[in-house]
Amino acid sequence: MLLEQMTKIIGQSIRRVEDPRFLRGEGRYVGDIRVPGMLEAVVLRSPHAHARVRGIRTARAEALPGVVAVLTGEALAREGMVETARLAGARLPIIAPETVHYVGQPVAVVVAESRYAAEDGAEEVEVDYAPLPVVASIDAALAPNAPGVQEDAPSNIAVQKVVGYGDVEAAFREADVVVEEEFRIARAAAHALETRGILAVPDPATGGLTVWIGTQMPHAIRRALSLFLDLPERAVRVIAPDVGGAFGSKTANYPEDFLIPYLARHLNRPVRWLEDRREHFVSTLQGRQQVHRVRLAARRDGTLLAVDNAFWMDMGAYASWPHLLDRTITTLPGPYHLPHYRCAAHGVLTHKMPVGPYRGAGRPQGNFIMERMVDRLAEAIGIDPAEVRRRNFIGQKEMPYTTPLGVTYDSGDYPEALEKTLEVAGYKRWRDEQAKARSEGRYIGIGLSSYIEDTGGAGPYEAASARLEPDGSVTIYSGAPSSGQSHETTFAQVAAERLGLPVERVRVVATDTATISLGVGTFGSRSAGIATGAVWDACGKLEARMKEVAAAMLEAAPEDLELVEGTVRVKGVPARAVTFEQLGQAGNAVSLNPLPLGAPLLPPGVLPGVEGTAYMRTRAQYANGAHISVVEVDPGTGQVKLLAYAVAHDCGTLLNPSVVTGQVQGGVAHGVSTVLLEELRYDEAGQLLNGTYMDYLLPTASDLPDIVVEHLEHPSPFTPTGAKGAGEGGTIPALACVANAIEDALRPLGVRIRELPVTPDRLWTLIREAGGDPQRAATGGRAR
Amino acid sequence: MKPPRFDYYAPRSLDEAVELLGRYGQDAKILAGGQSLVPLLNMRLVSPKVLIDLNRVRDLAYLRREDGVVAIGSMTRQVEVEEAEWLRQSCPLLMEAVGLIGHPAIRNRGTVGGSIAHADPAAELPAVLSALGGAVRVRGAGGVREIAAGEFFLTYLTTAVHPDELVSEIRLPVLPDGSGWAFEEVARRHGDFAIVGVAAHLTLDRGRIGKAGLAITGVGGTPVRVGTSEAMLRGAEPTAEVFRAASGKVKEAIDPDSDLHATAQYRRHLAGLLTLRALERAAARAGKGGSARTRQGG
Repeated sequence: MLLEQMTKIIGQSIRRVEDPRFLRGEGRYVGDIRVPGMLEAVVLRSPHAHARVRGIRTARAEALPGVVAVLTGEALAREGMVETARLAGARLPIIAPETVHYVGQPVAVVVAESRYAAEDGAEEVEVDYAPLPVVASIDAALAPNAPGVQEDAPSNIAVQKVVGYGDVEAAFREADVVVEEEFRIARAAAHALETRGILAVPDPATGGLTVWIGTQMPHAIRRALSLFLDLPERAVRVIAPDVGGAFGSKTANYPEDFLIPYLARHLNRPVRWLEDRREHFVSTLQGRQQVHRVRLAARRDGTLLAVDNAFWMDMGAYASWPHLLDRTITTLPGPYHLPHYRCAAHGVLTHKMPVGPYRGAGRPQGNFIMERMVDRLAEAIGIDPAEVRRRNFIGQKEMPYTTPLGVTYDSGDYPEALEKTLEVAGYKRWRDEQAKARSEGRYIGIGLSSYIEDTGGAGPYEAASARLEPDGSVTIYSGAPSSGQSHETTFAQVAAERLGLPVERVRVVATDTATISLGVGTFGSRSAGIATGAVWDACGKLEARMKEVAAAMLEAAPEDLELVEGTVRVKGVPARAVTFEQLGQAGNAVSLNPLPLGAPLLPPGVLPGVEGTAYMRTRAQYANGAHISVVEVDPGTGQVKLLAYAVAHDCGTLLNPSVVTGQVQGGVAHGVSTVLLEELRYDEAGQLLNGTYMDYLLPTASDLPDIVVEHLEHPSPFTPTGAKGAGEGGTIPALACVANAIEDALRPLGVRIRELPVTPDRLWTLIREAGGDPQRAATGGRAR
Repeated sequence: MKPPRFDYYAPRSLDEAVELLGRYGQDAKILAGGQSLVPLLNMRLVSPKVLIDLNRVRDLAYLRREDGVVAIGSMTRQVEVEEAEWLRQSCPLLMEAVGLIGHPAIRNRGTVGGSIAHADPAAELPAVLSALGGAVRVRGAGGVREIAAGEFFLTYLTTAVHPDELVSEIRLPVLPDGSGWAFEEVARRHGDFAIVGVAAHLTLDRGRIGKAGLAITGVGGTPVRVGTSEAMLRGAEPTAEVFRAASGKVKEAIDPDSDLHATAQYRRHLAGLLTLRALERAAARAGKGGSARTRQGG
């Protein structure tokens, strides 16, 4: 089927199928699931960032009423349970038996009849620590004679690579303009509304387990547990019920993912662990923290020649997600012709919670560096930052465009995205407003940022099954669960479009490994392109089966049939048709007699079963777009107020515009807060100083302006519907966009933004160091 | 995040609450709106043996105007203050401050007495009490005691209330005609505890400042009342120079600490700047006719 023919259901902003239950508080999360005889676990965590565990006394805890078991790393090691299975990242100790390497690392686990009893028990476990030297920052890790973070690692640089092309040195020699800078981006984390949680229930029938877990990848958890517990996959059933946000933080490989299933088997009782918010701050993957030293070379007219960048990422105590470095490297060149490029990446170990994928997973930082430097170039040559971007964009006629790094940008019109944002934001009007404000001594700034986002490039494939039900509806089974991405709505739209069925007649199940044999999961903005591609193809296979069965019922040839409005009919002959319901009853017959009376029977000559399963493998699709933000800075207090935010966003074919708008707006919030609010502050001893929402600041609706989103649609040639991922495009350019705006606002004072987040205190200090606000130094009058 | 074991009492009257407090004293914690205590309990940062829940004590929830004083029962919810239109005339500084406390959900549960008794030096209500020179009535086995604002706050989260006493009433003086007021603060986000806040009021009488009060949040262990500034303001003309000098005195008088959200230097700067802004705004309001006839602004 050609794209032009699909116009009815795909692209409609239909209401989210999942909303009614969420709005009524009827979502069902791991914390809502209880089974008889269930025990509750509390993980005792290290208060030290680096220490040897000399001994653990558990007797007092074990003696408390309600406490069932206390397990230490030593006891686990005796059972051979030492490290997590290797899947996506590096293996992590489940419970460190000898040495702890970050505050929050599991040291023991207490299992009890209730959470209260387990908490009481955890308070009675006595651990004897011998503190060891702590390395709590990139600078400390790289210092001469720095202590080693990991005893067995030769260096605190765990990963190192240099990627590039062209002749960077020659380009810098020939350049008219060179700008250079050092940038620091703080550590932040995803902070899903629902913390992590897992419930493992022994299943005597299979000799294995059923596991409910808030995860982005149930099939991967199944594989990991099968390897870890030495069970066949059929004996491990993993269910991701409703998941309250993930943003990368609920991918596989947490110690608790293995510990709790192990305990359930060891005790032969259901065991549940629910992470609390204080634990979440120290035991769920964090992200973002990088230091960059970058040089950019260009011609006088703004033509980019080269970027030479070196960066260091704080990986935490285990470099479990080295691919974060790659995403920074590959995202940096962005939507521009960049003839020469060199990027040296270093993954640095520190005694902190490891970093992992967090919305953007390395991409926002790469984009941040490039877009900050393009602005610096514009300033250096005195050309409008929009114009500098125009002069360097890869054009639409060049698509598909393979970059010198070897990645292929499949489709898109980058100049159009920028022009659209300029128009929607009212760029000219804001520049006038800015000039007027400056004449009044007020500081308004406008920030631009263009970006590309590789979507769907991670993970080998996705799977889907489509089944025609006896009532004529269709059920879609997918391996990609939703943690807020609206899969129940958008997958249904794709299936309904493909099968010519009203969208209400499609239901989506993407939660349970027992319902579909293979699956990969939801991460890296892969669902819109790949998971719905699998849905599309599964529906194609279902259509073929429907035609086979209908052909027998109608005594026609399958190739003469068509699917129209819930019927299968002979082409052009509406009278010769069977409804989906008739087909569903016949094709799924369970009796030789009509059931209910009069229902169609399985016709002779065909086999039952009206379903299809498909797997989608394809290449990464590149979404793109441009952001504009407008800020006003109060030079007296250093406070930044966002006045406006506009986005042009192109993720190919829109499956559901309002869902995409929501994704983009939420993504912008995550990005803006990296600039203005969020920073996990650790002291030199590796202690997290702001481990509550009183002190760690997330953005709320009242901190954000209306985020205007304009959609562009350049379909991907790599997916059946033309859709590309939309999960991270809101976040990636927002960091540079807002930082550019702040610097633009304070350009008359020459303030340089080098460090995120830009807190009021830091910005006030920068303003003061730049000589302060001359007009206002003596008065209390504020910028309004 | 589950509290440790405690015994729970829910008295129905003030007398009953006082009796329980007399019995358990140091071992007891009082639960008012729970906006601070419940998180502390859930994080096991406090573990009282006994919790005395005042939420069913009806005789502590009231708002009334007495002779020259607004009297607020300690269990009055912050939202009730916010919605009491008559307070716009009787105590506009309180009205302006209460809108800056957290978010509506917090003000629905949070109580006036709870905020005063908790004595967080970053909170708005202690600063209002301090700037207005109000008083706090406490009840214990020995009866009622009235503590002046200046003697009430001792240091961080510590007040002059004895272990066997509870806060029963907050008393705020009604400002005279010709008064202006302002509460200025800088918070990282809407609804956060401010980094620094300034509660200010002044009265204009024939072109000169009569009464004046200033209290600063976030720059010490208690709301800081700056007497040297107030003295400088009294009798002076409300000019920019005078306000600048008064704000300079504030910067001299305080000794803030650095913490996660701000350096000491930044706090000192904010205290001066916000004092200036608060005095300018208070003077503008006073000049426009003061508290008796002016609706609350910005």
